[in-house]
Amino acid sequence: MSWVPHTDADRAAMLAVIGVDSTDALFEAIPPEARLQSWNVPPGLSEMRVRALLGELAARNDTGRVSFLGGGYYDHYIPAAVDALQGRSEFYTAYTPYQPECSQGTLQAIYEYQSVICRLTDMDFANASLYDGGTAVFEAATMAARVTGRRRVVCHPSLSPTWRAMLDTHTAHLDFEVIDGDDPAGAACVIAQNPSFLGDVVDFEPLAARCREAGALFVLSVYPVSLGLIKTPGEMGADIAVAEGQSLGLPLGFGGPYLGILATRKAHVRKMPGRIAGVTGDAQGRRGFVLTLQAREQHIRRAKATSNICTNQALCALRALIHLCLLGKEGLREVAVACHSKAEYLKSKLAFARVLNEHPTFNEFVVRLPRDAREVVARLRGVGYHAGLPLACVGRGEANDLLIAVTEKRTRAELDAFVAALEEVACS
Amino acid sequence: MQLIFEKSVPGRRAVRFDALDVPEAGLPETLRRREAAALPEAAEIDVVRHFTHLSKRNFGIDSHFYPLGSCTMKYNPKVAEVVAALPGFAQLHPRLANAPEYEDAVQGAYALIYGLEALLAEIGGMRAASIQPIAGAHGELTGALLMAAYHRDRGNAHKDTVLVPDSAHGTNPASAVIAGFHVVEVPSCAKGFVDFEAMKAALGDHVAGVMLTCPNTHGMFEPEVREIARIAHEKDALLYYDGANLNAIVGQCRPGDLGFDVMHFNLHKTFATPHGGGGPGSGPVGVGERLLPYLPGPRVVKREDRYTLDTPEKSIGRVAAFFGNFLIAVRAYAYLRYYGGDGLRGMSRDAVLNANYVQARLEKAYQPAFDGRCMHECVFTGARQAEKGVRAMDIAKALLDRGFHAPTVYFPLTVKECLMIEPTETESKETLDAFCDAMLEIASLVDRDPDALHAAPVTTPVGRLDEVKAAKDLDCACR
Repeated sequence: MSWVPHTDADRAAMLAVIGVDSTDALFEAIPPEARLQSWNVPPGLSEMRVRALLGELAARNDTGRVSFLGGGYYDHYIPAAVDALQGRSEFYTAYTPYQPECSQGTLQAIYEYQSVICRLTDMDFANASLYDGGTAVFEAATMAARVTGRRRVVCHPSLSPTWRAMLDTHTAHLDFEVIDGDDPAGAACVIAQNPSFLGDVVDFEPLAARCREAGALFVLSVYPVSLGLIKTPGEMGADIAVAEGQSLGLPLGFGGPYLGILATRKAHVRKMPGRIAGVTGDAQGRRGFVLTLQAREQHIRRAKATSNICTNQALCALRALIHLCLLGKEGLREVAVACHSKAEYLKSKLAFARVLNEHPTFNEFVVRLPRDAREVVARLRGVGYHAGLPLACVGRGEANDLLIAVTEKRTRAELDAFVAALEEVACS
Repeated sequence: MQLIFEKSVPGRRAVRFDALDVPEAGLPETLRRREAAALPEAAEIDVVRHFTHLSKRNFGIDSHFYPLGSCTMKYNPKVAEVVAALPGFAQLHPRLANAPEYEDAVQGAYALIYGLEALLAEIGGMRAASIQPIAGAHGELTGALLMAAYHRDRGNAHKDTVLVPDSAHGTNPASAVIAGFHVVEVPSCAKGFVDFEAMKAALGDHVAGVMLTCPNTHGMFEPEVREIARIAHEKDALLYYDGANLNAIVGQCRPGDLGFDVMHFNLHKTFATPHGGGGPGSGPVGVGERLLPYLPGPRVVKREDRYTLDTPEKSIGRVAAFFGNFLIAVRAYAYLRYYGGDGLRGMSRDAVLNANYVQARLEKAYQPAFDGRCMHECVFTGARQAEKGVRAMDIAKALLDRGFHAPTVYFPLTVKECLMIEPTETESKETLDAFCDAMLEIASLVDRDPDALHAAPVTTPVGRLDEVKAAKDLDCACR
């Protein structure tokens, strides 16, 4: 099977122009002893068989449960127009806008994406995207090191253990000291997360002020949908805002592709990683958009670049932009209110379990159940629920602790039924 | 064209939600944002028209030949989009991978990951592969971190340097630096290969690894690649294969058989997943025997007829939160199963045929950068045209007016006025002929009417844009 258009007659005509007898002659540069003799790649399948095969694999995944899973990735409603517009092949079959005149669609979309991110976070500059929430935390840490000339990175306990682990992997061979805590003394940055991994919503303005006094940057990782309601990184005094952008119109997709969001203050824009689109004009005075500040990037600076990032998540950023345009100013607030209100409603019904959060929460919280949370989720799966994330599975909390997330997709009837099912399983 | 913000009308709405069916809860005043984010206020049709109009201001593969060298802009099959959208993949929550109690819910996804990693390892001649790295450069970084972990484990503290040819992609040195290495550049020789004597001289005891692209960015297969592997291994240095140009050799030879210890794949190049206007890509790594214990974890493993997770003994840890860009992996898996072994071998053959055809048709009008036949891309220098005042950039812009995306220009940095053309195997002879005709016509204008080329493009929504002004007046957000 093949998506190659050539007929044998085409190939023969082309070989004649090249002046060789067969395609084999074009591979003479490969040493004969290195040529592949045989390999274990199965024969091709028709398109119909490929669809059937992938359909069977998809059917072996269970997405039909009422879900309370979160932990940084949330099951929000995605308007139909997001898929329809992202599916325009002029967007998805293009590449990085190296030739701006024939890429104005992509470039203007990047500019508009940067604009909505700045408006959402109350920051001055956003880049065109990073890979995901975890790599955005890493890029923020190295950016803070460039700005401050310091090598210590302090991770506040609010930070996701998943992203904390990714930070360790990525900095393993850099001369960095990555520690846990909240002391900005001598640090390049303190990285906090709001709401915290466990769901707590905190005003980090005092910590941001302490960072400023100590000459450290304050990096705040946020949940974009929560910013429909919650005080922004800009209002709290963050120097760098990062986020996992999945909640802005990206399907859960078993982990990706997602979207790394990074925004900062004007003072630090030249130390920012990633691509940036800016406004300019042509000779006739027409407004146009180009990639700008490229002298920071790997294709020019090579070993001295601000990051190695090249291909990023442009199509995911486009989805996030379209999603935010469809929600609009009032829609984003409504979604945030619905998530928060439904989570509060569920919390109020869980009299048989203890809510552990000491601060207000947005749409996610931890309960300590009367029995092992892993047993509870196993049994609830049997009656139609993905009940949440047992915290012990990510190295946090105790065996009986369960992290529960609620989005606007959950109805009151589902919440009531879940309360009854959870009580029955957890207390029996 | 107006910005979406300039079309915003206060009070206008697109999507609407159910009325709240629980009591409205509130957060304390001190935790709330002061005013709502100033997102656009628009009806659904406003948003749909805006982005539809924006899309029309783009070239894409579906509408235009897109011969960007080193980017492998081949046709992105529609069936891959359809299967990636299946709810069983698209709606699968990644935290299901964190609790063994949910393992039954993700067996299909694990089977796909296991199957894809096995196929990639076979194609690369590697022992195993990991789909965790999120993009090509992230795969390079992962590979460099694997090399660093190997040397740290063996107590090779003196091995602090990675050798990179001057023709390499900028991501190679940039990635090696993040893995803690110094980078030393090795020059190319006049034939377009890495200078073997210079490589040999540079390959001292302090060298931890050598990063090679093969075929290299000059479109040439490195003739001494096996010898470089041999002398690198003598010094306990590892050989890294940058998979950017893998499309040329799939099924003809394998990096592992050539002596490479570690490689990355660009699923968005070789295996036709869409480039998305600049991502999402996917950059799985493959490793040979030496680096197997260090692979990112956790990994999908098969125990009897069930799939589960396990973390290699000396794993470098997570480079992604879960399994990288999983939905891109789904597309690549569909592509690989469609082509199969014979299809893939034919794919690389036609990719190389197409590039050589373009080279043969253009080599009288444009000076090939190096002698001899090319592999999957042909590289010309526009130096002859530049002497007459027509730069590679002018040729690129003139192509846009003729309905073709431009080749890669000014890369690699080793070639003056570089024009790097990668047609890929999915383009027909008719398309290649039309493109070559346009290139030849442009070459003829260099003498006859160079000003027409300087004025290009005139058919695009905007003419040449002032990049200096963009950097000077820095306006990167409409606030």
